[in-house]
Amino acid sequence: MNPANRPEMTQRFEAIYNEAVARKKALNESSQPMIYIGMATCGLAAGALETRQSFEQTLLEEDLAAIIRPVGCIGHCYAEPVVIIDHPSSGFPPLFYQQVTPGKAKMLVKSFLAGGDPLFEHVLGAMKANDMVPQVTDFPRFSQEERIVMGKCGLIDPEDIYDYIAEGGYLSLIKALTLSQDEIIKEIKNSGLRGRGGAGFLTGRKWGLAKDAQGLKKFVICNADEGDPGAYMDRTILESNPHQVLEGMAICAYAVGATEAIAYVRSEYPIAVKRVVTAISQAEELGLFGEGAQGFFDIKFSVFKGSGAFVCGEETALIQSLEGNRGMPRHRPPYPVQKGLNGHPTVINNVKTLASVPAIINKGAQWYRDIGARQSPGTAIFSVVGSVVHPGLVEIPMGVTLETLIFDICGGIPNKKGFKAVQIGGPSGGCLPADFLATPIDFDSLSGAGAMMGSGGMVVMDEDTCMVNVARYFVDFTQKESCGKCTFCRIGTRHLLDILDRITKGEGREGDLEQLESLALAIKAGSLCGLGKTAPNPILTSLRYFRDEYEAHIMEKRCPAGMCRKLTAYYIDLDRCARGCDACVGSCPVEAIFTTKNRKKGIDQSLCVKCGECMAACPQQYDAVRKVSPPDKAPVIERPVEE
Amino acid sequence: MNYSASEEEAGLPDKIALERDVAARLKGFDNHRRNLIPILQDIQDHFLYLAPEAILMVAEHIGIGASEVYGVATFYNQFRFHPPGRHPIKVCLGTACHVRGGDIILENFERKLGISDGETTTDREFSIERVACVGCCALAPVAVVDENIQGHMAPSKVEGIVLGYKIERDRIDRERENEPGEPA
Ligand SMILES: Cc1cc2nc3c(=O)[nH]c(=O)nc-3n(C[C@H](O)[C@H](O)[C@H](O)COP(=O)(O)O)c2cc1C
Ligand code: FES
Repeated sequence: MNPANRPEMTQRFEAIYNEAVARKKALNESSQPMIYIGMATCGLAAGALETRQSFEQTLLEEDLAAIIRPVGCIGHCYAEPVVIIDHPSSGFPPLFYQQVTPGKAKMLVKSFLAGGDPLFEHVLGAMKANDMVPQVTDFPRFSQEERIVMGKCGLIDPEDIYDYIAEGGYLSLIKALTLSQDEIIKEIKNSGLRGRGGAGFLTGRKWGLAKDAQGLKKFVICNADEGDPGAYMDRTILESNPHQVLEGMAICAYAVGATEAIAYVRSEYPIAVKRVVTAISQAEELGLFGEGAQGFFDIKFSVFKGSGAFVCGEETALIQSLEGNRGMPRHRPPYPVQKGLNGHPTVINNVKTLASVPAIINKGAQWYRDIGARQSPGTAIFSVVGSVVHPGLVEIPMGVTLETLIFDICGGIPNKKGFKAVQIGGPSGGCLPADFLATPIDFDSLSGAGAMMGSGGMVVMDEDTCMVNVARYFVDFTQKESCGKCTFCRIGTRHLLDILDRITKGEGREGDLEQLESLALAIKAGSLCGLGKTAPNPILTSLRYFRDEYEAHIMEKRCPAGMCRKLTAYYIDLDRCARGCDACVGSCPVEAIFTTKNRKKGIDQSLCVKCGECMAACPQQYDAVRKVSPPDKAPVIERPVEE
Repeated sequence: MNYSASEEEAGLPDKIALERDVAARLKGFDNHRRNLIPILQDIQDHFLYLAPEAILMVAEHIGIGASEVYGVATFYNQFRFHPPGRHPIKVCLGTACHVRGGDIILENFERKLGISDGETTTDREFSIERVACVGCCALAPVAVVDENIQGHMAPSKVEGIVLGYKIERDRIDRERENEPGEPA
């Protein structure tokens, strides 16, 4: 780009900005109510499309006008489908509604839009301060969050660039273009921003190395391969606010002198891919970037769809797949910043890392440094799932404790169950027991405890979850995803899996635990990339903190949590079973339930697949189905011989 | 793999048409190696799987061996080498779904349809695939049938879904039988 053009550039951007503000103002001033519907994957899964159709249809029937705006995901997965209704002429502030089914949508149109009654029983809270309805930000799920990366997610239309610009979007890019490359890199360095892809490498340092690297050409790649089977924040960000990520990529490209930027998005994320493609073409159309853009920034954006291999999240494997090869990691150094895609210097950053950049450029390094923990400034995003009352995506300042996150923000464990463990970081992370609830969440404290920031996947487990089973699950995953390059990773994980398989089936032997441990350490030492190096973590941490559970499986052939199916049995307590009641019979998928001579029910253990359906089907007042481990604790009830 | 219905019966495009179609698609890409994965994705998007003929044509287009193309394609979970069923069923075995018994759901589909994960029923109606996190963990366990996400799955729901399709199919068959003019 040509520095002489900068004043003209600022001027041209001002025109675009004014246009965006004018559009927004026109929308706000139209007296029509606005209905915002969360339509990211999670919302759609919960039925947002049907909700939208119901709104449209009822509006038509009632002959009312309203503007329906599809927005992204606000992160409150437990409340999906989420709808925000802004109806100024009713006198109410914008209201946040949860679990808006098509039926509820119909009611809302009839009562609120037509009749002025906002149906308080379905309101979660207000989106603005007022003196009628409590504000959502007063609830712990909102008040303890701090949103830098996800600040606009769920509030703007991800397919409308003007919506982003009206909220201050792309101002940071324009500001960055008036700074020198070194000034930007210094700012990022000073902010202390660490990569959110897992390892926490200092982003400013990475950019500095890339800028200093010699190359005919340089690349910036946004890593949105998100392979952890329990994390989905990167997708949500791309689906809800793709422009913020593009802006971060553009700033990075300018800072390191790259001319090509590639978003590497999993092909399993079709909506994210589509929205990123749309966002790129909109930004190019406005001339913000694109080849040959006059006065603005000369950069070529493209999207590459990852084909579903966990290891391709690793940067060197990712490059291999971009080059059309099997995604096998290679030795580092040389690092991608020196020799990356096609041998050119390449910066690879995670979605969240790049999405943090615009705010840092806009508000300054010091502002960012003041948020979060000393060695880990900024915010962390977790997808908190499993046994919690309010699952979803949470963005918190680093340094918040696990306890606050799980119990205050996400509402604790449902169904009066006890907290058992939390698994952090997906297949590379570890399971932490209750003793660690006071641990602050930051890169170093989590690694110190044996877990890892990793992907930001967080699964909360209650007393019904078996730690051996969970360890087996993750090893099964990494075993399948091992690329096969290193012997220890390829064969070692197979052995780990075989041993865990035996243990969960009640065929564990003395010496198994020692063998698991030594094998795990050998795999860590003998693997080239992070996949193998971290694959044993789920085993090592669960062995450290839940060894007694492994021992119960091996010595007593008992699964204390009652999760390993080979080690449990269901039976029907004849003292509680109601004569003539047939509730469980129809629920059984394998017809294992028979009627005893007394017209009560029994379970044929040879047919039972232990799915637990009968337990759920048994009417509460009888509560007659029992689960026991080991299985021989179930009393034998003979099927009556048919006459 | 579990498919014996003849190809015409299942409505698959015949070989010549397939080759013509693939050739037309290949024109959209230059022969650079970095296009290999995008080409395979494009073909699969269109034909739902990678037929052996298509792999040969891609190899020739890029100028590498078919084994090399096959090697790359098999590395990635996305690529299929057999046609999926008309109603593909994906069972989520991501972390949250696993903890909530996703494997029990998978087992129930397998039992109900008489095929294992990765297979297609002989009438090509259904296929089962396991997937990792479809991103609605709050609804775990989750299955995706056709394109519809089904949350809070339970064995009884599996039964209901499969039954629903069977009833629909029977209805269509009956209507077809009753159509006048068709020779029996
Ligand atoms: C097995 C494995 C999987 C990974 N998966 C991802 C991923 O899904 N997303 C990601 O951003 N980084 C992933 N990484 C980390 C990347 O290699 C790389 O460090 C990261 O993208 C750098 O970005 P950052 O500096 O912004 O963290 C993975 C690493 C390993 C070893
Ligand atoms: S784990 Fe199944 S949807 Fe996330």
